[in-house]
Amino acid sequence: MQFILNQEELTVENFAPDTTLLEYLRTQLMHRGSKEGCASGDCGACTLVVADPSPNGLTYRTVNSCITYLGSLEGRQVITVEGLSSSTGELHPVQQAMVDHHASQCGFCTPGFVMSLFSLYKQREQLTQQERLTREEINEHLGGNLCRCTGYRPIIDAALSLSTQPDAFTEQTQSIREALLTLQASAQTNVPQPSLTPSSAFFHSPTQLSELIEWLEAHPDARLVAGGTDLALDTTQQLKDIPKLIYTGKVAELKRIEVTDDSLILGAAVTYQECHAQMKTHFPPLAALFVRLGSQQIRNQGTLGGNIANASPIGDTPPVLLALDAELRLVSPEGQQTLPIKDFFTGYRQTCLPKAGILESIRIPLLDPADFFRVYKISKRLDDDISAVCFALRIRLDAKGCISDARLGLGGMAATPARALHAEQALLGQAFTLEGIQAAQHALTQDFSPLTDVRASAQYRLEVAANLLTRAVHEYLTGTSLEVSHYA
Amino acid sequence: MRNLTALDTATASIPSGIGQKIPHESAERHVAGSALYVDDIREPQGLMYAAVIRSAIAKGKITRLDLTPVLHAPGVVTLLTLDDIPGITDIGPVFPGDPILTSDMIAYAGQPIAVVAARTERQARQAARLAVIEYAKEPPQLDAEAAVAAGELVRPSHQMQIGEDIDLALSNAPIRLEGKMNVGGQEHLYLEGQVSMAVPCEEGGMLIYTSSQHPSEVQKLVAEVLHIPFNRVTVDMRRMGGGFGGKETQAAPWACLAALVAKKIQKPVKLRLPRVDDMVMTGKRHPFVNHYRIGTDEQGRFLAADITVIGNGGHSPDLTDAIVDRAMFHADNAYFLSNARIQGHRARTNTVSHTAFRGFGGPQGMMIIERAMDDIARRLGCDTLEIRKRNLYQAERDVTPYHQDVDYAPLHQIIETLEESSQYWLRRAAIRDWNANSPILKKGLALTPVKFGISFTVQHLNQAGALIHLYTDGSVQVNHGGTEMGQGLHTKVAQIVAQCLGISCENILITATRTDKVPNTSPTAASSGTDLNGKAAEQAALILKQRLSDYLAQTLAINVEQLRFADGRIWWTETDSKCFAEVVQDAYLARVPLSATGYYKTPKIWYDRTQAKGRPFFYFAMGAAVSEVLVDTLTGEYRLLQTDILHDVGQSLNPAIDIGQIEGGFIQGMGWLTTEELVWNPDGILLSNSPATYKIPAISDAPPIFNVALYEQPNPEATIYHSKAVGEPPFMLAISVWSALRDAISSLSDYRISPDLDTPATPERVLTAINALRFAAKEAE
Repeated sequence: MQFILNQEELTVENFAPDTTLLEYLRTQLMHRGSKEGCASGDCGACTLVVADPSPNGLTYRTVNSCITYLGSLEGRQVITVEGLSSSTGELHPVQQAMVDHHASQCGFCTPGFVMSLFSLYKQREQLTQQERLTREEINEHLGGNLCRCTGYRPIIDAALSLSTQPDAFTEQTQSIREALLTLQASAQTNVPQPSLTPSSAFFHSPTQLSELIEWLEAHPDARLVAGGTDLALDTTQQLKDIPKLIYTGKVAELKRIEVTDDSLILGAAVTYQECHAQMKTHFPPLAALFVRLGSQQIRNQGTLGGNIANASPIGDTPPVLLALDAELRLVSPEGQQTLPIKDFFTGYRQTCLPKAGILESIRIPLLDPADFFRVYKISKRLDDDISAVCFALRIRLDAKGCISDARLGLGGMAATPARALHAEQALLGQAFTLEGIQAAQHALTQDFSPLTDVRASAQYRLEVAANLLTRAVHEYLTGTSLEVSHYA
Repeated sequence: MRNLTALDTATASIPSGIGQKIPHESAERHVAGSALYVDDIREPQGLMYAAVIRSAIAKGKITRLDLTPVLHAPGVVTLLTLDDIPGITDIGPVFPGDPILTSDMIAYAGQPIAVVAARTERQARQAARLAVIEYAKEPPQLDAEAAVAAGELVRPSHQMQIGEDIDLALSNAPIRLEGKMNVGGQEHLYLEGQVSMAVPCEEGGMLIYTSSQHPSEVQKLVAEVLHIPFNRVTVDMRRMGGGFGGKETQAAPWACLAALVAKKIQKPVKLRLPRVDDMVMTGKRHPFVNHYRIGTDEQGRFLAADITVIGNGGHSPDLTDAIVDRAMFHADNAYFLSNARIQGHRARTNTVSHTAFRGFGGPQGMMIIERAMDDIARRLGCDTLEIRKRNLYQAERDVTPYHQDVDYAPLHQIIETLEESSQYWLRRAAIRDWNANSPILKKGLALTPVKFGISFTVQHLNQAGALIHLYTDGSVQVNHGGTEMGQGLHTKVAQIVAQCLGISCENILITATRTDKVPNTSPTAASSGTDLNGKAAEQAALILKQRLSDYLAQTLAINVEQLRFADGRIWWTETDSKCFAEVVQDAYLARVPLSATGYYKTPKIWYDRTQAKGRPFFYFAMGAAVSEVLVDTLTGEYRLLQTDILHDVGQSLNPAIDIGQIEGGFIQGMGWLTTEELVWNPDGILLSNSPATYKIPAISDAPPIFNVALYEQPNPEATIYHSKAVGEPPFMLAISVWSALRDAISSLSDYRISPDLDTPATPERVLTAINALRFAAKEAE
């Protein structure tokens, strides 16, 4: 396996397939600038930047190295905090800004913040030379980096002060890009056959869907890994050994983003970040949810397909996709099938995915101009928190102002993400007013018997779900947002 | 040495003495990733990794313990159980009660039972999970109030009183109010978890690298568990990745366990807690249950107060005695209580032993009286700020319930200045208008003050030592008893030494805190780091300055008083000077000793606990904050829109660092009162056991408008350069956020009802408070 670490091409042989990038850097290479704060992708202390070839240059994305499998870095450039300063020890502008603004106290989270700022710096350089960063962009980008000392103000000021000057990485862009493309090409020419691989342990990255299915069939005990942001917790938190990993991130078919006349089609391995722009265009409330889904690091790794196939009751995209009547395409050795997402979840973390089958793509029908569509996420913290309730509503009104079609998708309310079928029914034919939703609000108690857990009580979940209908009505009637996060 | 180094005598020195905003001494290393924490130190050859086997239940008895599968797991080299310990087995820091390992009785979930060591960290942690443990479970006590009712206490109750007959004063008061509230605990969530590395040395000794606020206590306890003299143990502590009190006593167990395993296998051993273990196995800020009964006159001024605080100590005393005392010392906050009785109980429950956390009980105590202020204002239909101002310590009303006089002038000046700068009254009016036109979203505003007592309430801890070496190239090494956890202590101490010697901080290196350099040190706690160690370092610097001065004056045949140390030089006239390093070299050749120790103990303080009277605090640090919030009455969600702070740091040693402490303390306090919710299930298992389920403030939680200013009046007491301690006091400025949330909720009753709002005020608790208030408002109609 070959990748570029800072400026150096590295070949890694005989690594355990479930080795994480952070573990490899800290224990094998003794690069100890990146810290382990939680080993679960929740604190950002281990944040690193991964550069990938783009059509003209490189894209720089942050990852939580504690939950990134080493194998997924083949043919990519990893930039660590050690690689930011010049060989003479001169600090990178983002490092200098952190010093100048007194933005480190204990310093343990600092390398992670520096790397997040670095990726922001690089993105900014590509976008514009004039505009100043906004507080929203900074929040969005740094929401996954926890600091327990500073209260963030000096870090925000450091980010606001960033210039748009090219840095030392700019002039190397093309040479690194060439080197990465060469590495990727050579990786493709050395594809092992599934039957020829030692059966004990592997990290395999197929490049075609047929190859992926072949491997899955040959190794029913292998785990499929996409972004790995959930699976890697089995490694770092459950301490399970996962000897066989099949990575979806290089399969071209799974990476497609396509807009047709009536749909947005997304390959299952498309990350949140990769489809963010399309979401912004076609489903603005979903794009707004994305900003609160995990952190930037998670959104750079996590995939839509993973969020669905994982079938967690608290995944944030399934409730929304339920409300949007999304369709899933499943592919297995037996062939392919298409089914509505509402039929996909069969129980707690259970789906109807066939044996050796995968979720190939998601088709989301585009909104009708007459659709009123809202997505609300309720959690203790605004950034990087798991929903107590995730609520998606899509209604259509007829000419008389009565609800002719209603979809309510909810997360955190049951063992699976689910539609509120009774409530939907109760909305039909009603006006979208405070009176018109009353029956639907009562019907929510028929649809759901949520649990009390560490995030919220059952009572709160039910009450909030009903109240969010009220919020939607107010927003519909007044045309203004009632989400407090829009005010600060 | 025979040959002295050549000097560049012309270099000008960069001003970096006191009052300068110089960056943290490690800032460049922090951002470059080259600052080393314990886990970053290159491991010695042959190092083994340890992992702790812990109890899965909160109360009961071990009926079967089979560690054979652990011992047979891949890579395992040894196991440590209670029987392997040569010395003491109870490592309670003040009072007994903390068995280092248990083999029978279980007092809390996560209690250490055994330690396994293996060749890799992962092997050790995987092996630890293979232990077969069976228990006879008993129902755990998790309710602090019930524990007190049942007499289950970790320490005896204590009471302080001012005035004669409190009950009579209460019953005579025209306005009477009472209330109860639960104040939640708080996980430290230092980004660097607990970690220690023990390296066996000759003479049976041990070198310990640890992330601890209290190296001397680690030294003592390691020596005691190993049963060796203290002089065989050296503790080295360069920096912590955050402490906040969580590494005051609770870093020691992991150092002791690492040392015990290292001693057993005669190999270096590292023990680093995984984040979940850290959260499950170490103590938190004490949750409190507070009760009050108060009486006021018609203007809302206190006539009497009867206050009871119950601190949930967890299973053992740890520091609970002093923490509940400090809660009692701060139950008045900034207000004169007239006749007051303050009782404090220390409940024993089946959780991990709760411990120090920034504020040390003070914040929990203050919550009562700040709650009472809001409640009085609602009863009288006054603005909450008006009631607070009426009750401030003032002329004739300036004695605390523990009989210490308060210098109240700064409180009044701070509040008046802030009222003006934050445009409190204009915004108050604007918010009333805004709320009147906004049926769903409501705004709230509050100004709350802080008065926080500075000094350890355990008198003997108020001492410190320092050691300074001058080398013959003019560079200076400083060591002192304080530990660096991010608060900028080393930067401030370097500035103090630079100021004394007239040199630049660049010439000064502060080295790792080590028990073999400065012995018998106090923990870096109680905001005292700079007050104590800064003074000790200053004294050492002054001794060296005196020696250099005496020598130079003698060679120049002038008076010592003529000499001036500035800009890296020593001056005897306006134009004649010599480079500092040159004087050091000359002094060396003249056989002047170039190393000195300094020592300091805080004057004036005393406290008679039997009488609950005295002057426990050398002085008070003060401040105030105004916060404005926006609340969604449909979901209980809220945002902090703006905070304005004016905080008293005396004469600032480093305004950048002081502002960093204020902002950081405020946001941490806001987390404690809002999103940081500790949840134990009925079996006593901590459910909020990772940063995925326990939510500290993230970047969006910092308010979009955040104005922080220093109230920079010199401390009238002779502290180091008349500065004031700043570590803990700003934490409590966050009470303004909680009070503003109550204000927003109260607006739903047109400010007639004061809502109950326990903390942390999560969106769910806010919605519950809204529902309860609406119900009460309806009842009242």
